[in-house]
Formats: sequence, C-alpha cells, structure tokens
Amino acid sequence: MDSTVTTGQETNVWGGGNQPLGVSYGKLMMWFFLVSDALTFSGFLAAYGFSRFKFIESWPIADEVFTHVPFFHGNYPMIYVAFMTFVLIMSSVTMVLAVDAGHKMKQNAVIWYMFATIIGGAIFVGSQAWEWSTFIKGDHGALETKGGRILQFVKADSGERASLSDFAVSIPDERVVHESKNGIWFFQEGTSTSFSLNEVVEGFKADTNILIRTELINEEGEKTLLDRQSSLAKLADAKEVVEGANLIHNEYGTRLFADFFFFITGFHGFHVFSGVLINIIIFFNVILGTYERRGHYEMVEKVGLYWHFVDLVWVFVFTFFYLV
Amino acid sequence: MAHEHKLEIFRGLVKFKSNTQKIWGVLAFLTLITAVEVVLGIMKPDILIDTLFMGMKVLNWIFIILTLVKAYYIAWDFMHLRDEKASLRRAIIWTPIFLVIYLVFILLVEADYIHNIYKDGFVSWNF
Repeated sequence: MDSTVTTGQETNVWGGGNQPLGVSYGKLMMWFFLVSDALTFSGFLAAYGFSRFKFIESWPIADEVFTHVPFFHGNYPMIYVAFMTFVLIMSSVTMVLAVDAGHKMKQNAVIWYMFATIIGGAIFVGSQAWEWSTFIKGDHGALETKGGRILQFVKADSGERASLSDFAVSIPDERVVHESKNGIWFFQEGTSTSFSLNEVVEGFKADTNILIRTELINEEGEKTLLDRQSSLAKLADAKEVVEGANLIHNEYGTRLFADFFFFITGFHGFHVFSGVLINIIIFFNVILGTYERRGHYEMVEKVGLYWHFVDLVWVFVFTFFYLV
Repeated sequence: MAHEHKLEIFRGLVKFKSNTQKIWGVLAFLTLITAVEVVLGIMKPDILIDTLFMGMKVLNWIFIILTLVKAYYIAWDFMHLRDEKASLRRAIIWTPIFLVIYLVFILLVEADYIHNIYKDGFVSWNF
C-alpha cells in the first residue's frame, strides 16, 4: 500500500532501540522477573500468615525453637540468625560496591568485590544448612497425642525444659527387626526414637519433678503449663514419641510450622544458592575481561539486582519467622 | 546507563559526597535497624507486648514497620531505584504492593474466621 509513508520522526519512535523507562531490555526483564518472584514469595508468606492466624493460640514461639549457636552451648535465641542477616546485608553491600566499581570500569575492584560477595553468600547458605540440621535433629523431644498435638516437658523446680533423656526409664524389650526375607513387600525399616512411648510414660510417672507443657499459649504469651494432676491425665492421650522435626512430625509444636519453615527458607536458600552460582559465572567473566571488552559492566548490575532481591526477601523471612 | 547518583537520603537530611560513601551510610543504617530488632526481640518489653493495636501486639507492628523501612532502603539504594525513572519505579513498586495487600487481607480475614470456628464451633482438635 502506498499509504505507508514513513517520516523521520516515526522511525525514531517505532524503529526500535527506544527505552521509554530509561533502562535496557535486559535490566527491565530482570526487574519484571523480580516482581513476579516477589509475588511468589508473598504468596508463600501470606499462606504462612493464614496458617498462623488459624492456629494463633498454639503456634510455636520462635525464641524457643531457634536457640542454638554453633560451637556454643546454652540458650541464645536470635543471635545466630541476626548474624546470618548481617552476613547477607554485608554481601549485598560488596555487591553494590562491585556495581559501582563496574561503572568506573575498574576491573580489579569488581573482581575483589564479587569475590567477597560470593564468600558472603556461601557463608549464608552454609549457616542455613546448619540451621536446618539443628532443627531436624531436635532439642528436647516431645510426645504427640492422638489429635496430633505436642506435649513438651518442663522441670517443676527450675522451670527449664526437660529432655526425654532426663527422666525416661529404660525398659528392656525385644524389638524384632523386619527383614526382607520375612515379607514379599519389604519396605525400609522406619527410624525408631531413642525412647519408646512406654519408657517415657513410665519415667514420667516415676519422676514427680516433671510437668507437661501444652501447645496452648496463655495470656502472658507463654505456653500453658499443666500441674502434676492434669499432666498425668494428659499423658493418657499420648500416642508416640517425637524427636526433631520433619514434614509429618514436629516436636516444637504444630507441624505446619515445620512445613512452612522447610518450604519458605528452603525456597529462599535455593535462591541464594543459585545466586551464588550466577555470581561465580559473572565473577569468571569479569576475570576473563568479557565486560572490559564489551565496554560496560551491565551484567554485574543485573546479577546485582537479583542478589539484592535475595537479601530483600530474607528481611521479610527474618521478620515473619524469627521476630513476630 | 548514564549515571548520576542521587546522594541524599532521609529526604535530603543526610547528603553523601560519593556513591561509595552513601552505600556505607545505608549499611550503617540497616545494621542499626537490625540491631534494634534483635534487641527488642530478646528483651520483649512488657509495655509493647501488652498493648494491642488493631488486634496485634505493638511490638509486632514495630517489627513489620522496621522491615518495610529496611526493604525501602535495600530497593532504593542497593537496587538503585532512587536513580531510575519514576515510571519504572512505580510500575515495579505499586503492582506488588497492591496485590500483596489484597491477598494478605483476604487470607488473614479468612484465617481469623477459621480460628473462631475452631474456638467456638463444635470442632474438636485438642485431644
């Protein structure tokens, strides 16, 4: 058609190469990806909030769950996770410094700042792995009732938590191990707890210094402590021994807490892990001089955006899992 | 990437000489906020726990607000949204904010309803 007349001005607008938002294509797409990823995390955290509001009276208290610091014994809530938060913010800072050095085309500075960022990320992922293994291994042990509620134990005189090993008696019994020759449908042996239900119950009856603590949070914001009489009555509901946490059982309280903990910190940890990998790739590109030849360090800026986003998400995970 | 950095934070209250200085300044501020959060989380002052605002402890409100402050400075200074065009900033910020507020409102109201069913209804769960 002859009517398609192109004037110079139209070529400028529609001819390509325009940046109405003032950023390059790659950076814009990184931003859009981050927006969608932010919505994914928001969905997870909102679901967590949903379950928590549903069981607002019996949700585990984070300060009583995450109390360990590597290489130290004792009860230090918050300290280690505060350290992790600081490491991640610090690695965010070295990342901004790398981007800043990239703008000034200082190759060596970018290399060192990227290196520091990767180390920070690795420390964080390692810390999270340690946090997971501590959580999975468990602390004091507890009993689970028929309704799936958790009963924990407290020493009456000191008010401290009592571990199962503090009071459980040892009752010798024969445990027959199921072997593959005895069944056509052989499944792996399930893991057994260090004490049987019977041993814990008998030990509880023998030791008058032990009380039961239920999941219910009282008006002072603490878990409800039963007296000796009602403790013994409650004990009749117990169905099995729980040590540590997994997706089905959780000695710290409602199992949803463990599910969301694994799911959200796991998803975040996976982001950190892939962030470290991407950082390593870019790190080698910087060393090889790829961006020096390209004339700009925008790739460093793009992975930087991703890395800061990981930090941003952690700020929210920290608040909703450990603080609130 | 023509880059002049905006070097003022706190609405011009603090002005840094270079971008590098601003980064360290923001780090100091974020560390301070985290420290305040941790100290409050360990101490748990009674007055902040006993007072409720809109059905939630004041302490929890403080934590959430401090979190949003931290998020703002990470996005504005580390992700340098401060230096981007206002149109990009708005597209990125207001879309999730609107959707998240919507989702959180619906889910929390619904969860509260279910909580009341467990509490007052004839549903037995503590056995």
